[in-house]
Amino acid sequence: MNAIIGQPVSRVDGPAKVTGHATYAAEFDLPGLAYAAMVLATIPRGHVRSIDRAAAEAAPGVLAVMTHEDAPRLPYKQIAQRPQVDAQSGEQLHVLQDDQVRFNGEPVAVVVAETLEQAVHAAELVRVEYARSPAVTIFDAKQGRPPSEGNAKAGRVPELGRGDVEGAMREAPVQVEARYVHPREHHNAIEPHVTIAHWEGENLTLYDKTQWVDNDRKEIAHVFGMEEERIRVVSPFVGGAFGSALRTWPHVTLAVMAAKRVRRPVRLELTRRQLYMAVGFRPHSEQHLRLGADKEGRLVALEHDVIQQVGRYEEYAETALSPTSHLYQCDNLRARYRLVEMDTNSPCPMRAPGVVTGVLGLEMAMDELAAELGMDPLELRLRNYAEQDQQKGLPWSSKELRACYETAAERFGWARRKPEPRSMREGGMLIGYGMATAIYHSDRSGGSASVALTGNGMAVVRSASSDMGPGTYTSMTQVAAETLGLPVDHVRFELGDTNLPYAPVHGGSITMASLGNAVVAACRAVQTKLTSLARAAQQGPFAGLAEDAVVAREGGLGRADGSGPVVPYAELLRQHNLGWVEAEGSAQPGEETKKYSSAAFGAIFVEVRVDELLGTVRVPRMIGAYDVGRVINPKTARSQCIGGMVGGLGMALEERAEWDARFGKVMNANLAEYLVPVNADVAEMEAIFVPNDDRNFNPLGVKGLAEVAICGVAPAIANAVWHATGRRIRELPITPERLLG
Amino acid sequence: MQPFTYAPVADAAGAAARALAGAQFIAGGTDMLQLLQENVLQPGELADLNGLGLAGIGEEPDGALRLGALTRLQEAADHPLLRERCPVATEALAATASPMVRHMATLGGNLLQRTRCLYFRDVSTPCNKRQPGSGCSALEGENRHNAILGGSEHCIAVQPSDFPVALVALDAEVLLRGAEGAERWVPVESFHRLPGDTPEIETVMRPGDVILAIRIPSHAMRWRSHYVKVRDRASFAWALCSAAVALRLDGEGRVAEMRVAAGGVATKPWRLVRVEQELLGHRMDRDRVRLAAVWASEGAVARPGNAYKAPLLQHTVERALLEIGGLA
Repeated sequence: MNAIIGQPVSRVDGPAKVTGHATYAAEFDLPGLAYAAMVLATIPRGHVRSIDRAAAEAAPGVLAVMTHEDAPRLPYKQIAQRPQVDAQSGEQLHVLQDDQVRFNGEPVAVVVAETLEQAVHAAELVRVEYARSPAVTIFDAKQGRPPSEGNAKAGRVPELGRGDVEGAMREAPVQVEARYVHPREHHNAIEPHVTIAHWEGENLTLYDKTQWVDNDRKEIAHVFGMEEERIRVVSPFVGGAFGSALRTWPHVTLAVMAAKRVRRPVRLELTRRQLYMAVGFRPHSEQHLRLGADKEGRLVALEHDVIQQVGRYEEYAETALSPTSHLYQCDNLRARYRLVEMDTNSPCPMRAPGVVTGVLGLEMAMDELAAELGMDPLELRLRNYAEQDQQKGLPWSSKELRACYETAAERFGWARRKPEPRSMREGGMLIGYGMATAIYHSDRSGGSASVALTGNGMAVVRSASSDMGPGTYTSMTQVAAETLGLPVDHVRFELGDTNLPYAPVHGGSITMASLGNAVVAACRAVQTKLTSLARAAQQGPFAGLAEDAVVAREGGLGRADGSGPVVPYAELLRQHNLGWVEAEGSAQPGEETKKYSSAAFGAIFVEVRVDELLGTVRVPRMIGAYDVGRVINPKTARSQCIGGMVGGLGMALEERAEWDARFGKVMNANLAEYLVPVNADVAEMEAIFVPNDDRNFNPLGVKGLAEVAICGVAPAIANAVWHATGRRIRELPITPERLLG
Repeated sequence: MQPFTYAPVADAAGAAARALAGAQFIAGGTDMLQLLQENVLQPGELADLNGLGLAGIGEEPDGALRLGALTRLQEAADHPLLRERCPVATEALAATASPMVRHMATLGGNLLQRTRCLYFRDVSTPCNKRQPGSGCSALEGENRHNAILGGSEHCIAVQPSDFPVALVALDAEVLLRGAEGAERWVPVESFHRLPGDTPEIETVMRPGDVILAIRIPSHAMRWRSHYVKVRDRASFAWALCSAAVALRLDGEGRVAEMRVAAGGVATKPWRLVRVEQELLGHRMDRDRVRLAAVWASEGAVARPGNAYKAPLLQHTVERALLEIGGLA
């Protein structure tokens, strides 16, 4: 049989999705389903003085109105070891537990009614009087403070570095210094966040939009002081998330409380506008860089400060310093990370959290350094190539970044770039070429899977994972099919249910490196189990053979010496009168984390066309080459990468929350004014995967490819805009007012 | 969203009666549904105009084009006569929203599209247009989308439609049917009102009025015309600024007739008379065009968020003129 891993298999769940058969969280149609709508605070800080709920309670179809005055007091027990997806210090929002308002958009009431329209209408009838307190709603970088110990312990360190930066900077003959600003961004997945809560006695089922069913269960168990075993979370399909569904948000708790109150299943779906307040976002950041180099372009000193906004009731922090710590060789480095407290809902991870921010500043500054040196930007990167992870003092488990640079540059035609800015024109437009490096650290986490071989020749593989879009269903099917020696259409992968074996978070680009190896282990385990059964049997082709005399191959068992036929699994099951045989397997990170540093790499090259008179930028071409280790499915991998390019294009040119400090609120909270790229923005995009197979990192040889795909795109575009126009736009997005200003 | 009843109406008289009883009209619904969902409007009744039979585009005996109020944007954008004779109109329509929206939205509704001002659309904030007397949040707020022309201390909301800007350049008129049945023609140029101290009143329409049609006059059929739209992304975005130009050159290549209008920058489709005056009677060359376009932002009142619109308006007008003059 041909290899299945590495084949461009079409999405196995594609037909279900395009025909509407895939059931998303909002679509579980339970008997007696009632609908909830939230009332959100309209002040940035203060407290609720009074709530007039009479009109809402009298409105047609209303089943309940709940506020802090009558909501049950919940235990909100601490989780012994806070999951990484949660804020690492402070307290998560305790929803409807007191009269305090911590940010504009905090829920102050929830209404449950027979229909969605009735619930929404009644929520609008709830009259809330507030007492406003002074609020911090302006980002002031000078107010930055180090992250707390909790975050530092979780890797979001306040400072890192090596060598003598001040001394080296003084000596450096070439220096650049710059400040970059990136505004608050929102995930804006197509599917809004939604929860259906269904109590049956003391047992609770949640149909939820989540990237991690197991943690969702744990969080709700702790909020309500319940045993985890009494909760089941079901989430078979997720309509995009980009990190917004990693953690469990307050509306899930509201849905659970509401369902308890009305003794019916309750659906709570956030509106598009509410998504800007009720879940997280990528925090506003400002960063300051100083780069010192010798005349040959070798970095001798690197200073990088990243300052981000954070909420005040809990502290979410990011690993924004990580790329600076190891992307380039530099003996003298100092990086600092600071947080500015503001009265806002809490930020949260959004694709390549922190890293995309750190890469943005570093890669724009590198471009400025190249210009200062009069050196080709690609050549500057090559001169500072990090042969090892200098911060950790470890070799890379693998690194094919040089091949990425070469492949992408060749394909793009980088050699045609004229070094001088404003030197390339076409049809009245200024043309610019820009490039940047991408990196995202590769991690693994423990997880498990089960495999059942059935009498009809199918293999059913199960794990409580998630597929928010990358193609987990498909790629895991391929891994199992190849390991078992079965065709893809004989394998079914099931995910998104806490009844399935434990899976780690579906985020941080770790799913395949983590769970893929568990799937392999489960496949091996079920083969071993079947082999033992066949050897232990009284009769049959393998009865009484030694352990090493029987091997699994080509979808069945055969003799190790190659003699005799391969007996398919299903036939063996029939011979032994078994309906099915099942086994579990798991995988976890091992000693490799002590021996190696692991990361996915990429090189992005873009062309921009700038209409100087009108201040508009379009991107006709974008080419990325990536080292993501082994590629399980080049088709879904390509989709991931061009999706990341589109996300990066939005970051560079379009996305921005328009924050009004008077209200402490995002004002453009809808998709007509918060712009993300549309088809017309997206022209030629190409993703190339350079050959690699990182067995040092994990047996499957994969690294991770979700996050790295968005890193480097925005700085490459900004650098290309400079090359086209001679203007450094250091605040994103690059919109007409910035180019005309 | 407040509960409402739905009343399909069969004729303009029926529509007028429903409106006088407090109903809001719905035709394509592309804007109305947003306004309902966001609780910006709370009608007790929606009167559906789709049964009025006002769709279609035809040529009148004198050569004018008559466009039914219920004609869908896409139908108009694709109409061969309109494309051939009034490119500014079809270019503006093709640059409007997305294909899906254009297949639903109607020409009449597009004239009445409400502003995209962030504060008008968020009911938790003060807005004089939505709630007279509550204050204008945009003056000192997030106003990169707001108007530099035609604003008042009470409102700087932009009328966001593209098509009416083209209609002003084409010297078009709107046919209104009054509540009593009398029909009257109103120039598109004077159809929308300046906000003044009553920003909640946006047009000259009176209670019970129904838009029946739009007429592009026969003299506009002799003009060359063109629309340029600048937006934050390549498609499906509001105009940050747009320019519509229509002109006729005489035998010597001099500008004999000209109308220029701007969108995205003003509280109503904004005619740029001074720019026209600078060019009338002259041959168009790059320098004259550039100097004329500078007058586009005459009288602009800029705020930190929208100050860029003054140069952008000049440049957009310049681009439109250069392109129509074959100088680009």
